[in-house]
Amino acid sequence: MALSLAPRPTVAEPPIRPSISPSHAVPALLIEHVTKRFVAGRKKKPVVAVNDVSLRIERGEVYGVLGANGGGKSTLIRLVSTLLTLDSGRVEVFGHDIERDEMAVKRMINRVSVDAAFFKKLSPAENLVYAARLYGLDAARARQEAIRILSRLGIKESRLTRPLEQMSRGMQQKVAIARSILTSPTLLLLDEPTTGLDPRSKLDVQSFIEELRDSHGATIVLTTHDLVEAERLCDRIGILNDGRLVVEGTADQLKEMVARDHGEDPTLQAVFMTYTGRSLDDDVEEESAEDDE
Amino acid sequence: MTTLAREMKASYAFVERNFYLTKRYWGWEVGWLVYALAGALSITLIGQDQGDQRLLISLLIGAVFWNYVSIVFSFIAETVAWERWEGTLEYTFMAPIRRYTQLVGSTFFAVVYGLIHTGFVLLVLTLFFGLDLSRADFVTAATFTLLGSLSLVGIGMMAAILPLLYVERGAQMTFVLQSLLLLFSGVYFRIEILPHWMQVVSSFSPGTYLLDGVRRGLMDGAPVTALLHDVWPLVVMAVILIPLGVWMFGRAERYAKRTGKLKRVG
Repeated sequence: MALSLAPRPTVAEPPIRPSISPSHAVPALLIEHVTKRFVAGRKKKPVVAVNDVSLRIERGEVYGVLGANGGGKSTLIRLVSTLLTLDSGRVEVFGHDIERDEMAVKRMINRVSVDAAFFKKLSPAENLVYAARLYGLDAARARQEAIRILSRLGIKESRLTRPLEQMSRGMQQKVAIARSILTSPTLLLLDEPTTGLDPRSKLDVQSFIEELRDSHGATIVLTTHDLVEAERLCDRIGILNDGRLVVEGTADQLKEMVARDHGEDPTLQAVFMTYTGRSLDDDVEEESAEDDE
Repeated sequence: MTTLAREMKASYAFVERNFYLTKRYWGWEVGWLVYALAGALSITLIGQDQGDQRLLISLLIGAVFWNYVSIVFSFIAETVAWERWEGTLEYTFMAPIRRYTQLVGSTFFAVVYGLIHTGFVLLVLTLFFGLDLSRADFVTAATFTLLGSLSLVGIGMMAAILPLLYVERGAQMTFVLQSLLLLFSGVYFRIEILPHWMQVVSSFSPGTYLLDGVRRGLMDGAPVTALLHDVWPLVVMAVILIPLGVWMFGRAERYAKRTGKLKRVG
């Protein structure tokens, strides 16, 4: 069946939540009515990157954030990462307010972004020990832990002392994941960690995220354009469109809903198109603009 | 682990990282050294040309000071600019460390590296011109260099704000501050020849007192105790400028987080 653009929900609509079963425990991540605007120039109208978003993620949950480029995914991740200030609303990480208790929050989180950002002239070992020291970790122990994590991700110990610039993009991204895990974050923010990776590296990273979820009980927020990845890894999925959270639920719930309410095929792609009003191909073509969110 | 121990460990991370980076870019370091030596020699040869030994030493000290300031400033300014270029800035700002921890680590390395680099330039120039520094008081020169460095670090922290606020050209804008220091500190001339208003401005530059102290120490063999009128302004400036630099950097960070300027560019 040919996929068609579905009408977007009006901005005033609250997100559609087919199954809300609020827990009384302190959530891993609580976002309440968060809004973030940017002003591009002195006289330009502010762009609302994140618009009154509220969501709650429980401990041990993998929460997927889908959305078109410019939809607000990376801005939301940056807000939780304390890299942006909130215009309004509040964010709590394991009960700690990110503005009032910023340092405690920083100790609990880590992030992997779409581009593996490192000092490329330095080796993985030097980069990882540097990162570990910033989090108060012992350098020798951090090195041992890095070897273990990278080995699990398929990188040999012998590669650890060569400059990162000599590594492939996929390997660099694996080192970025190792860096984020090294600090034992209780909330891991993965901002398109597999974008641009070859199929093998992508599978390695996805398997590792599954392992983190299943064995370590990590709470993960994952933004991705890969719907198969989202369906495979995420317990729940939220879709951001124009900065608004328009729908959230499990993959099965969303598929069922789009089939029932909109007469679409019960696929995540149909869900994406229905709630973002654009095709997946449009989105991928704008990949390079992702960081402008 | 106590907060202080954790912050010191984090501070050391910046020292170690910059050491590794300097080691990896050793070719650039050699090139930079040649550049610094050629520049200092060119300036100092003016004194040779004039046949004035005192002028020669005065210019030599000015050239060496200028080299030192350039190194300290460029390293501190690169605290932000380099990280933005590599894309690591967001990771550093996400880390659970105080901002002064980052600045202390970066500036400590900058000062130590600058002293080694400048010491080498001074040694080569001294040998080149066959200078007789037997009357020089090196304790005075070292004391003023260290005291002056503290004030310069404070100004350097303020300079590091520029790459934070101005994403594309911020690093280059730190040259403006450097050039003002060059003009108002009497690097290559006596402050007394400046118009009165410029002399007033000069009295607020740590470079003025640093250079005067070093020159008096190396050229006249004056002990520190004879130069207390140059010491106390440096102490006062350090006490004011370092906390002010940290505070201003914090304000700039807040602004950058509000406007989204921490994001990678380039």
